[in-house]
Parts: sequence; C-alpha cells; structure tokens
Amino acid sequence: MSFIEYFISALFLQAGYNSALVAVGAGLLGLSAGSAGAFIFLRKRALVSDAISHATLPGVGLAFMIMVAFGSDGRWLPGLIIGSAVSSAIGLLMVEWITRKTRLTEDAAIGAVLSVFFGFGIVLLTVIQTMSSGRQAGLENFLLGSTAGMLISEAMTIAIAGALAAAFVFMLRRPMTLVAFDPEYAATTGVNVRNIDLAMMGLALIVTVIGLKIVGLILIVALLIIPPVTARFWTNQVGPMIGIAAGVGGLSGYIGAVLSAAEASLPTGPIIVLIAFGFFLVSALFSPLRGGLASALRHQRFQRRVHRRQGLLSLARREPIYDGLTLRILRRSGMIRRDGVATARGRVAAQKAARDEARWAVARRMLPDDSAIERYDGLTPIERMMTPDQIDEIDRIIAARNGAKA
Amino acid sequence: MIDDLITALGAEFVQLSLSPIVIGILAAVACALPGNFLLLRRQALIGDAISHVVLPGIVGAFLVTGTITAVPMMLGAGVAAIIAVVMIEIVKRLGRVEPGAAMGLVFTTLFAAGVLFLEVTDTSSVHIDVQHALLGNLESLIWFDAEGWGSLFDPAALATLPPQLPRLAIVLVGIGLFILLFWKELKISTFDAAFAEAIGIRTRLLSFALVVATAIAAVAAFDAVGSIIVIAMFVCPPASARLMTNQLGRQVGWSVVFAVISAVLGYVFAGYGPGWFGSPYAVSAAGMIATISGIILILTCLFGPQRKRTGQRAEA
Amino acid sequence: MSNAKLVAESGKIVDVAAKDAPLTVRGLTVSYGNKPAVFSVDASIPAGSMTAIIGPNGAGKSTFLKGALGVVPRLSGEVRIFGKLFAEARDRVAYVPQRASVDWDFPARVIDVVLMGLYGSVGLFRLWRSRHREQAMDCLERVGMADFADRQIGQLSGGQQQRVFLARALAQNAEFYLLDEPFAGVDAATERAIVSVLKELKAEGRTVVCVHHDLSTVPEYFDRVLLINVRRIAEGPVETTFTAENLQETYGGRLAATHIDELHLA
Repeated sequence: MSFIEYFISALFLQAGYNSALVAVGAGLLGLSAGSAGAFIFLRKRALVSDAISHATLPGVGLAFMIMVAFGSDGRWLPGLIIGSAVSSAIGLLMVEWITRKTRLTEDAAIGAVLSVFFGFGIVLLTVIQTMSSGRQAGLENFLLGSTAGMLISEAMTIAIAGALAAAFVFMLRRPMTLVAFDPEYAATTGVNVRNIDLAMMGLALIVTVIGLKIVGLILIVALLIIPPVTARFWTNQVGPMIGIAAGVGGLSGYIGAVLSAAEASLPTGPIIVLIAFGFFLVSALFSPLRGGLASALRHQRFQRRVHRRQGLLSLARREPIYDGLTLRILRRSGMIRRDGVATARGRVAAQKAARDEARWAVARRMLPDDSAIERYDGLTPIERMMTPDQIDEIDRIIAARNGAKA
Repeated sequence: MIDDLITALGAEFVQLSLSPIVIGILAAVACALPGNFLLLRRQALIGDAISHVVLPGIVGAFLVTGTITAVPMMLGAGVAAIIAVVMIEIVKRLGRVEPGAAMGLVFTTLFAAGVLFLEVTDTSSVHIDVQHALLGNLESLIWFDAEGWGSLFDPAALATLPPQLPRLAIVLVGIGLFILLFWKELKISTFDAAFAEAIGIRTRLLSFALVVATAIAAVAAFDAVGSIIVIAMFVCPPASARLMTNQLGRQVGWSVVFAVISAVLGYVFAGYGPGWFGSPYAVSAAGMIATISGIILILTCLFGPQRKRTGQRAEA
Repeated sequence: MSNAKLVAESGKIVDVAAKDAPLTVRGLTVSYGNKPAVFSVDASIPAGSMTAIIGPNGAGKSTFLKGALGVVPRLSGEVRIFGKLFAEARDRVAYVPQRASVDWDFPARVIDVVLMGLYGSVGLFRLWRSRHREQAMDCLERVGMADFADRQIGQLSGGQQQRVFLARALAQNAEFYLLDEPFAGVDAATERAIVSVLKELKAEGRTVVCVHHDLSTVPEYFDRVLLINVRRIAEGPVETTFTAENLQETYGGRLAATHIDELHLA
C-alpha cells in the first residue's frame, strides 16, 4: 500500500484498530489542549505550561524507580502518568511560591523551575540507566513522544483521559471564560478566581501528562499555545475563540497521528506541532480580521487617509506642505499640480475638508457630552455621524459667528 | 583525609576532571552574565527559547554543509537563534500576543522542525542526536594527554585540550567585554527604555546585541554541556543573585559566584556522589549542575537578604 | 501661523519666527493600531516659557510628548527642536518619563539613577567617576534628596521617586525640559519642591513643558497652555487661552460646569 493510500485509509480510521485508537486519542488530546490552552492564553500565562511540562520528568523517573522497587517492570503508563502529575504539580506550586514570596517575576520562576526540574529528571534517568532492569526502559521517548509500538491499553488510556479532559473543559467553560475575560468582574459575581486559575493550570497539567507519550514533554506546550494564538486571528470573542482553538488542536493531533502512523519514520510529536504551526501560519497571513496582509493593507489605507486629510487642510489654510508622502498622495489623486499648486478639484476638496473641520469644531462645542463626538477620529466625514438637520444647525452657528466677526 | 584530597586532585584528576570542570565553569559564567540583564528585562525565557532552537540550527547547518564540524554547526545555531528572535518579534507584533505565547509558539515549532529533519534525513553516519543537544557531554571532555598538574605548562599537552575549552574561554571574554564596555548603556536602557531612547542610546540595537550575546553563549555552551545547563544558567544564578543585593554590579558578581559553585559542585556530585552511595556509575553532570543551581535558588529564596520586593513594578 | 516668513533650511522649510523655538510641531499624528491617539497637532513652544499640556485622560498628552521626541513612531508630521532634528539637538533636551513607566524594583541606588542623567558627559566605554558623583549630589541637593543618595530606589515614596527623576533631568543640564505628569500621585511637599525647581529653571531662561492634569494649579504654575484632545484645541498664554470655553471644548462633558467655575480662569 502506498503512503498516500495508507494515509487516506488511516484518516478514515480504516488502517487498523490500534492506529485508529491512537489517532482518536491524539485528536481528543489536541481538542482538550486547544481549549484549555485558550483559557491559559487569555490569562497571559502561556509559558507556565512550559514549566509544568518540563517538570514532569523527575516524576516519570521516580515513578519508574518506585514501580521497579515494587517488582513491576516500571513501564506501566498510568503509574508513570501519576508520577509525572505529582512532580509537575510540585513544579507549578514552586512557580507560584517563588513569584509570591520573592521579588522574582513569573518568567524567571518559570525558567528556573523548568530547567532545574528537567535537569534533575535527567539525573534520575541516568540513574535508571544504571539499574539492571532499566536498560530497556525507553523513558527517553517521553522527551519527544512516540506512537510506534504503542500498546492498545496505552492508546486506550490516552483516549479515555483525553475525553475526560475535554469533558472537564466543557463543564468549567463558563467560570473559566469569566475569569479569563475579566478576573475582577468574575470575583464580584462570586466566582473564586484563585480556584478557577488552579483548575486551569490543573487542566494544563492533565493535558501535559496524557500528552507525554504521544507528543513528548518538550513539545506538548505547543499544543497548548499554538491553537489559541491561531484562533485569536479569527475572532474577537471568547466563546468562538475557544471553539476554534479546540478545533485547531483536535485536527492537528488527529492528522499528525495519522501521518506518523502512515510513515513510521515521522516522529509523532514534531509532526503534530508542525501541522498546528501550519494552521497558525495560514491564519496569521490571511485572516481577514487580524491577519498580517489585511492589517498591513488597513494600516496603509489609514496612513494615506491621514496624510490626504492633513494635506487638504494645509491647502485650505494655504500652508505649505513639506511631507513627501502627503505631496505624493495629493499629486496622485489630482489635488495638486507638479509644482505643488492646488488644482480646481484640490481646492474644492480642500474647502470641503476645512468646512468639515469647522463643523466638527462647532459640533464639539454644541454637544460636549456626545459620545459620537468623543469617538471622532479626525477622518470620518461629518455626514456619516450627523443627520442633515443637525448639520444645518451647525452651519447656522458658523454663519452667525462669521457674521459677528465681519 | 588530606591524603585523600591529594590523591583526588592528582594526575588522574587533571586528566579526567579538570577540563570538564573548567568547561562547566566557563559555560555557566558565560550564560549567567547576559542572564542578569535578561532577568531584569523580563526576558528570562529568551534563554529558554534560544537554547531550544540550537538543535534545528545544527541540523540546518548539517543539511547545508553535509559535514558536522564545529564552525558550521555553531554558525547554524547562531543563525537559528537570530531567526527565532526575529520570528518571536514578528509573531508578537502581528498577532498582538503576549511575549510568552509568541516565544512558546516559535521555539516549539523550530524545535519540531529540527527533530523532523533529523529523523527524515540520513544522519545515521554522523553523530547528532537530540539527547546530545539536550544533555551535552561534559563527562567526555577529558584531557587525554595530561599527565599531571605539570601539563598545564606543557605546550604540547595544552594543544590537546578539548577544543570546547578555548572556544568557551574566548566567548566568555567576548561577553565579558561586551557587558563591561556597554555597562552604562545596558544599565540605563534596562531601567528606563524611554529615557535611554531620548538621550540617544540605540535601545533596539542594544537589545538585539544582548540577544546575540545570549545566543553566542548558548551556542558555545550547548555543545559542551547541553541545553539544560544553558537554560538553568541563564536564569538561576542571576535570579539567586538578585535576592542577595540591590546593586546591579554586585548582582552580576554574585551571579558569577553562584554559576561557579553550581558548575563545580554539580560536576563533583555527579562524578563522585554515586560512589558515596556505593554505586560504580556516575550520573549526568549537566543535570546535576542544573539541580545544584536550583538548590542555590531555593536557599536564596528562603534566606537571601534582599528576597522581598520593595519597589512597584512598571505599569504595562 | 503666518506663511510669509518661510525660508528654506537644509532642504526643509521652517517658520522663521519659530526657527530657534525649543519645539515646533507641524501636523503630528501618532496612532496606536488604526486609531489616532494624536491627530494632526500643531504646536510651537517659545523659549523661556513654562507650558502645561492639558486635556482629559486618554487624550494623547503623553503620546504627543513621546511622538515629538520620537520615543514612539510618528504616522506623519514634522518636529523641530531648536530648529533641528531631535537627534541633532538631543543634548539640549531633558525628558522625564512618567514615574510609573519604569520598574522601581530595579537594583540601583538613588545616586545611580541621577548619574544616568550625566550619560552624555561620560565618554563611550567609560564609567562614571567621582566628579560625576559630585555633580549628581548637587542635583539631589536641589530637589532636597541629598540624604537619600545611597538609598535603594524601591524604598522611595512616589513623591521621592519623582524628585529623583527630576534630579536626573537636572543632571542633564539641558535648555529644554519635557516632563510627563511630574505631579501625578506626589505629596504636597514634593509638589512644592518640584514647582520651585521648575521656576528656577525658567528664571535661568530655560524652557519647561509639563503634561499636567490638575487644572486648579495651571494659572499658578504655568504661563502658557496647550489644550489637547486627540487634536489641538488651543494654544497660547494662560490669560487668553485657559478659558471656560476652551476647557469645555477640550474636556467635553467630563468637566462639570461647576468645576470650571471654581477655576481661576482668565
């Protein structure tokens, strides 16, 4: 069977029970990681999960050693998961403790915890390598993840845990949304912000430990970060953002697991991360809402409008224009001649801009409390903000004042 | 006891342990120095990001040159570090996301790409592997031709020192000079960037130079000691030092002291510690050095004379 | 603005009357995202004056200052400082950012911060020497903080921090001082101390511009005002420009009429 055929059959879960289970598990993992990550992202604590994931390593090592001491072969996945959960919880508490008790900031605490726990974990791994039963432990696979040779029971564990985590996110979505959006308001409505924060981090922890086997502890943090960053490009609302993040995470996990099942040389974790990055890249460039192309175009248009408006006002006031870009824009739109003198069209447009400006000045005096006027950005034509009779009223005031002056 | 010490520091020590210890010290100090400024600029995790992208850098260099010699590898890693920093900046601006998320996105992606390239290209003939990049290989950097302390004065023996040692020494001198010569500028722009900009300090250029210095330290150090020590040394000694004093100069001094202690104790415990428990094997020196730096940090968090925050943080 | 008096200077045209003015701004626009924080503002600060920049919160007062000094990028506009580009007149200007913009937990003593103001007189690759220290002490003396020279900056009160910032600016020995909210959140004694230093500066013929938010003290402290609410509302001497009508236009409904009545308006 060719790679493509295998990929397609695996994509539709027809390539064998085991790889189907792995794919579903990875999909569920991505789903819960994406949605949990969205809350953490909104809370601006994305890299706390990096500390959590690196802090799993000593737990994996210690759990292995303890299980061996009790006579098992030490590779029982639920045992390793529990061990990693305990040590990453300790790491998380250390981050909190350092930031609360000392003057160090959270980024320093994260960096310290992740490197020290990871270093200690490596020390334990080298100890395990010297144990007679540890030579074939394969614990290094937890660094980068691997689905090759995964047991059905392990795939089952991951799929069930992934489903549980997804359910957990679904249950807590309302209070977590509140806290992520506005913690102070959430507190006034009786939500215990600290507990919800802990629950969020707990979710990250769960996602991390169940993702260890598939994605590995160095890259699992990507599944918590990339989907929400991607989702942010498409929406300004919390609800849809969480949904999109979950979708991106789920798809990345699913497609990545299928791809690496189809081609054994492709390591699962990196493939999943790169697929997620692909989603990010497309969104970052092409999203009409906040994508790079759309933003760049919008900014350029905005800058041109500002220069055009300022240029026209200068023309109306018979002030010289120095700015090169302003001159170019006016020249190109036929407002001024090559030598900088206003054309007939330019004079009309300049007069209109000046009249607009005078009308706005009066409007501000007339309606000082009006929120529409406070929002004035200096560019919007007054016709778009005021009714014709309001404008007539403004013009009457201007005429009266000019009459008084004359 | 004294006899034990003399034996312990005898010819065998010079041959097997002296050069790894010196390399460990050089690497630790080279990372801790720029780490001080990263810490105060809330960029402690830049070191984390940079050390993750070292792997894709060396893989990229291998794909381009087809060889695995030191110079292209270090260049590749340096280029990857700069690409990563630029990408982080772009993601931050484009996505308007917090620096942490931008960093996490970039370094995981680059790391994933590095691992993937490593797996799909045929690198079996050469020795690059993920573990090596993560853990380094400090224990193997022994000085074959040393016959005792006298070899320190023997040019022929000195020429056979592991090349990592002179390389790191040069990097350390370079970073030390950079910090010394631009002390004023680094200090002012770290404290008050807007003021620094107004008095004519090129703050962006300086930030970039600091990141480049960080990248050079990371690249030179990882080859000898792996990325774990690199991350730990960027963060832990400066963080511990911050809790000891309220003056920048003294903070940098303390960070050097802590880096040296971590390197020496870490190496000694890793090499000789298991023997004290009757095990014939050694454990990872890189891991142990990181662990010691963490223990120092915990101690300073508990007892450091200046551990409590006094001034308010900057708004936004 | 009179257009007749224009001459070419180094390829650009500047107003003769304002040629040597400490600050001339034409059409300054600065935007965050696609919303202008400051839109097409003109301003001209004459030498030896003491000007308050006033306007409601979020009206772009600080942004105007930062845009004028190039600390934030400009979308459009021309700025001249003593008739030159800022980069060429840098050593004649002292800028005091908002106190809250820096991390006061930074490991430095009071004297270290003041020494930063002497940056220009210390050579490249050199460090501060004892003569710099003496100069810095003189500046601390002027703001009444000499006894605090070796204190860790994190231990200072808000007012003391502001005095340290002012001392740093004094160390620059500039002709033109731009201060961003120097009176925000400071105690009454500090406010008096800062005002007296600023008045000394003016008496020495230097120019002072402050972003200011306390309308009640404007006539007492300043001789000119620049009213900004995204755009320039008015600029001129306090006597003719600090009027109820201009304030109403600047602040809109946010300034109650009764409040305006309490001000000592022209």
